[in-house]
Amino acid sequence: MTPDDEIRRRQRARATVMGLVLGALVILFFAISIVKMS
Amino acid sequence: MASKAYLPAGAATADWRDFLALTKPRVLSLVVFTGLCGLLVAPQSIHPVLGFTAVLCIALGAGAAGALNQWYEADIDAVMRRTADRPLPSGRMDRQSALHFGVGVGAFSVILMGLAVNVLAAAILTASILFYVLIYTVWLKRRTPQNIVIGGAAGAFPPLIGWAAATGRIETLPVLLFALVFLWTPPHFWSLSLFVRSDYAAAGVPMMSVVAGPKATRTQVFLYTLPMVAVAMAPWALGLAGAIYGVASLVLNAVFLVLAAQVARSTETDPAAMKVERRLFAYSIVYLFVLFGALVADRFIG
Repeated sequence: MTPDDEIRRRQRARATVMGLVLGALVILFFAISIVKMS
Repeated sequence: MASKAYLPAGAATADWRDFLALTKPRVLSLVVFTGLCGLLVAPQSIHPVLGFTAVLCIALGAGAAGALNQWYEADIDAVMRRTADRPLPSGRMDRQSALHFGVGVGAFSVILMGLAVNVLAAAILTASILFYVLIYTVWLKRRTPQNIVIGGAAGAFPPLIGWAAATGRIETLPVLLFALVFLWTPPHFWSLSLFVRSDYAAAGVPMMSVVAGPKATRTQVFLYTLPMVAVAMAPWALGLAGAIYGVASLVLNAVFLVLAAQVARSTETDPAAMKVERRLFAYSIVYLFVLFGALVADRFIG
């Protein structure tokens, strides 16, 4: 694996984790909104 | 931790696990647990979604404080064996990424706590982050052997935040829990500093064991244990907790006292042979987990 391949692999992994975190936050904010409205 | 020696240091090369390591996950576990206990023992219940959000904010705030601590202390982390493999001293991450991560996550945790939970909890969370970063890390740690004593307050905030999140108030019990963690910190860290003394000395950190020597540190470990035991027994004595907590506290504190007395009496100078010091350090972690767990059990069962 070349240094470029390794950098790309880490960037992909970071992007995947960031996507999952943002998705979880969307669900959390939706749940908070429902609780606050009820 | 993923690392390749041939890669240049920089934001583009840091692995996501390096960002996770910045938050000091092992310290986080204790912070989250004490915060959750503060929330659970409060007399008012909180909606599970908001309770989860409050604990998440406590974890994010503590993680941000840990990241900013590592950002500021990269130079001393590099010369200590225990910390040399952290993302910054090992070169896996650049300092600016750590700073941005710490400030961003810290600000997010406070804003989310303020909007979703309440302003008091957000205010205490802000105070705890600022206390850890500015008072402990920047001001005290490199200047005085009392760094751990005053800095310990930063780690004592979570039960107070948990309680404030559930009730919107501060009362006697969470203040006692704050005092308990505050007084627990010196014996906990000073027992550690006795057997990693060479590391702190090499880094120039004025830990009690480096500045005043092992004998004075052993005495201080025992002396701080006395008020800690008194505060740990206080919830039961004041009628704020029941028999489950009372009995658990009695047993746990008796063992802590015996171990602290053994540390005070020990004359061992070889860090590798410091068994009682290691035993007290390990026990102090179990002590805090079980004591807080007993308080929650007492609230729900007692």
